[in-house]
Amino acid sequence: MSALSTFWNFWVFAIVFGTLIACGLLIQYSSKTQVHNEETDETTGHEYDGIKELDNPLPRWWVMMFWATIVFAVGYIAAYGLGNMNGFLTVEVDGKQVPWSQTAQWENEVEQFDMKVAPLFAEYAATPIAELIDNEAALQTGQRIFASNCSVCHGSTAKGSQGFPNLTDNDWLYGGTPADIVKTITDGRHGMMPAKGLMPSMTDEQIDQTVQYVRSLSDLKHDATQAEAGAGIFAQACTACHGADAKGMHITGAPNLTDKVWLYGGSTKQIEFTIRHGRNGQMPAQGDRFSKEQIHVLAAYVYSLSHKAVAK
Amino acid sequence: MSTAFDHPVYNYKVVRQFAIMTVVWGIVGMSLGVLIAAQLAWPALNFDTPWFSFGRLRPLHTNAVIFAFGGSALFSTSYYIVQRTCQTRLFSDTLASFTFWGWNLVIVLAVITLPMGLTSTKEYAELEWPIDILIAIVWVAYCVNFIGTIMNRKEPHIYVANWFFAGFMIMIAILHIGNNLAIPVTLTKSYSIYAGTVDAMVQWWYGHNAVGFFLTAGFLGIMYYFVPKQAERPVYSYRLSIVHFWALISLYVWAGAHHLHYSALPDWAQTAGMVMSLVLLAPSWGGMINGMMTLSGAWHKLRTDPILRFLVVSLSFYGMSTFEGPMMSIKTVNALSHNTDWTIGHVHSGALGWVAMVTIGAMYHLIPIMFGRKQGEMYSTKLINTHFWLATIGTVLYIAALWVNGIMQGLMWRAVNADGTLTYSFIESVEASHPGYVVRTIGGALFLIGMFIMAYNVYRTVSDSKKAVAAAQA
Repeated sequence: MSALSTFWNFWVFAIVFGTLIACGLLIQYSSKTQVHNEETDETTGHEYDGIKELDNPLPRWWVMMFWATIVFAVGYIAAYGLGNMNGFLTVEVDGKQVPWSQTAQWENEVEQFDMKVAPLFAEYAATPIAELIDNEAALQTGQRIFASNCSVCHGSTAKGSQGFPNLTDNDWLYGGTPADIVKTITDGRHGMMPAKGLMPSMTDEQIDQTVQYVRSLSDLKHDATQAEAGAGIFAQACTACHGADAKGMHITGAPNLTDKVWLYGGSTKQIEFTIRHGRNGQMPAQGDRFSKEQIHVLAAYVYSLSHKAVAK
Repeated sequence: MSTAFDHPVYNYKVVRQFAIMTVVWGIVGMSLGVLIAAQLAWPALNFDTPWFSFGRLRPLHTNAVIFAFGGSALFSTSYYIVQRTCQTRLFSDTLASFTFWGWNLVIVLAVITLPMGLTSTKEYAELEWPIDILIAIVWVAYCVNFIGTIMNRKEPHIYVANWFFAGFMIMIAILHIGNNLAIPVTLTKSYSIYAGTVDAMVQWWYGHNAVGFFLTAGFLGIMYYFVPKQAERPVYSYRLSIVHFWALISLYVWAGAHHLHYSALPDWAQTAGMVMSLVLLAPSWGGMINGMMTLSGAWHKLRTDPILRFLVVSLSFYGMSTFEGPMMSIKTVNALSHNTDWTIGHVHSGALGWVAMVTIGAMYHLIPIMFGRKQGEMYSTKLINTHFWLATIGTVLYIAALWVNGIMQGLMWRAVNADGTLTYSFIESVEASHPGYVVRTIGGALFLIGMFIMAYNVYRTVSDSKKAVAAAQA
């Protein structure tokens, strides 16, 4: 943490303690100078629009409460620090006692926590993913990690939505082996389809023809003449990623276009949009957020969704 | 109509205009509140329409209740009180009229631009820069008019209510201008001149003092006049009013940092914000004690006078929420309460229980006077009583529902299984909040019904007064 300069450090102390001391003096002086120490019917002599003011003393309990909060404030500052001064409270981080800070407190909590759950995850990590899917307890843990972290995009049932892959259908953009899934979770993926593929000069007519050809690949309703014309354009603009057979490639993340599974929708309009403007899909990397063991368990859950009949 | 009810010395016209608009904007702002509460309970009510969705209407609700309803109440009562307690006419009738039309123009512009999605994204300061400049001009005119009136006073001393009004006015001018400094890009878009953590700190310095000065110091000014007037008793302690005034205004400016606990704000700034928020407890209660104790010797009046009941219950809610606030500012408590509905419940125990109730009490006292009647002489006292119970029950339902929701959400979010995973996903906490959202909508609706009853009562009071004038002239 960057320290304050001498001036600003002094300034912080001056205004904080200045305010607290001023409050103390205010109540001290006001209590000392009061004429009455009990409730009174005497007024100050002022009158405004018929409103008079009594000269009652400050309630004793109220003054005590005020003082108590000031004393607490000073004590709290002594414990937690102010400006560049550390408080007297410490927390253990990395086996060392360090002065309290919110960062140190967080690190301490994470350490304690990791220590608590480490044996359990070590046990899970020792089992290969393909076998771990038979461990109900591990899958439940994986499911809960998924619910808190992945379901925002992939949905609580992992069936995805437009732009976010369905993880239950055993149709994989980047490969569905346990190792592939671990890599996807750890490093993330960036699926980029350029607008008009490799043919930036593609005309509107050619786009329409390509759309019809792409629909013909999975036997959707299409215009046969246009589709025929589209085949040539597809060969030029699309096969580099989607392959000559249009079955896609795991290495580029290019989807299989023959299987009726549509990441961005299979209607004429949606396909046309995809070809005209391209697509840009991003799965964020999780490697910094989870331990290897946690990712192992999460991957087992994802793997189980398409490899286990009644995975929950 | 205005000439018939004008006072020979004081400018009542502007007081009357703002008083009527207090009721009108109260209904508008609270209707929006009930609508967005219902949208949270039943999201289908967003109708997939951008300008009608929660995200656009929520800032309109907060702006309408704080600045339109609360603002009109403050203008009306401060103009009334400063004239009566200084025994002199407002410094300038032109400025008074300018503040009325200028302020209402600001609100109309808010009603247009916020649903359009034009926003600077700063909470309670969402309006874009041209409107901010208009607010600043109107506000400075208000300050000049108010302080000018105090300088013209015929009384040797300045009454305590006027200290609070003057303090609130000056501080709001500083806060508004300080927080809204921005570089305009187009007529409807600007960027704050602050960045990152500094921007957040400036925003909450403003945000919490919108509460501390606009909704607290200003309304304490209202309390200090209308409670002794309605109870017909002297103020309990002059000494206490001095001590808690100075302590309150010097401590409130610190409190904003408690909105940024466990954030990128340096630890020491969080600590300073937290301890000052705690020390603020006694000064806040000073106002409650002074109001409550003013009633000693007049407690029996509560049995027959629902206006006084509004004022006293507002003080109770004030005391309760100013205890809750310091407690929630403690880091450990905040770790549970932050980002939950508890915060919204806390705000509404202040907003409905304190601000709205003290305003309603003051309006029932003042509106009859504005139309040539005696103080508190509304068309129907029975309807005031009905309004009182609707408002009280509505507030209690509202805050109780959000206490339950807030604490439940805080506990659900931090619940952890033995394997280190979260026990509940976020959506489960949303599902569990549904009953609370329904109860809160009902509470808000009850409060709103009360406002409609008030509007009817005001309408009958005004029309009866006009008829009486017409009959006398005939």
